[in-house]
Amino acid sequence: MINMHELSVTQSILDIALKNAGTRKIKQINLVIGQFSSIVDDSVQFYWEIISKDTSAEGSLLHFERIPGEMTCQNCGHIFHPTDETFDCPSCSSPFVKISKGEEFQVDSIDVE
Amino acid sequence: MTMRIPVVENILSANDRIADRNREMLDELGVYAINIMASPGAGKTSFILKMLEALNGRLKFGVIEGDLATSIDAEKAMAAGLPAVQINTGGECHLDAVMLADALPALPLQDLNLVVVENVGNLVCPANFQIGTHLNVLIASIPEGDDKPYKYPSMYRGMQVLIINKIDLLPYVPFDMDYFKKGVEALNPGVAVFPISCKTGENMDAWVDWLVKKVNPRT
Repeated sequence: MINMHELSVTQSILDIALKNAGTRKIKQINLVIGQFSSIVDDSVQFYWEIISKDTSAEGSLLHFERIPGEMTCQNCGHIFHPTDETFDCPSCSSPFVKISKGEEFQVDSIDVE
Repeated sequence: MTMRIPVVENILSANDRIADRNREMLDELGVYAINIMASPGAGKTSFILKMLEALNGRLKFGVIEGDLATSIDAEKAMAAGLPAVQINTGGECHLDAVMLADALPALPLQDLNLVVVENVGNLVCPANFQIGTHLNVLIASIPEGDDKPYKYPSMYRGMQVLIINKIDLLPYVPFDMDYFKKGVEALNPGVAVFPISCKTGENMDAWVDWLVKKVNPRT
């Protein structure tokens, strides 16, 4: 079954890439995706091939830079990667923590020729 | 020769711009809008009907119902006397700003001071798509379990109000409220939380009083 979500995200990526490439041929799109916004998985390459057909991005690759979720303890300053079971600081057990990385969701750059 | 062009643009920026336009349009008309998100079965439609009861005429509101294919929810809202519009997303797992822009004119906005949007039942996708409302409301429900903030952080991150529904089931279902709230607080410090029951009506007054103040800050 086609996941419509991946499709609309892929369409948005294509719009941004075409707008920035002008008349040049697109070789690769470089994406930065944080763990906390990780609704984009590698399967979008499949949608990408369908949706980019007959555009200047046909045959191009999606490159993912994954940013792991990172939290900073507001009590002791420890920086850690949370699990999906607890956000408590692994160093001092404080529950007072803040997301410091992992919300990225952007087209960083495109490679053209 | 290959050349790298820096872009640095949020993937959903086009959607976000349309969402901003929706909000500006609502602001001009003096209409406040809330976006209700939850997993399927958390009680979104019951919550809206219970709101109608608890508000008791204090706000005039209309409903926009987002669903994959059916119009059952809009029919329920209309049967209760609410102006309602159904959006069928045709398989799309969330509402987006364009869908809301298309649906808003179908409501009698000049007669309303609140629009309640019921998003598609889903704990992942709606979090990423701004639609142009003023407030994102997440309904969690007790039978879903206390681990949901940890499993679906972006949803708990992107809301401004948390409703905890079905608290009448607390005696029957294992649910560690402290563990749940600890996850919520880490993702969304200081968020407004209303534990309620649509079944018994418990605490609905607290939520609607809060909402009335939000919609009419001067009263």
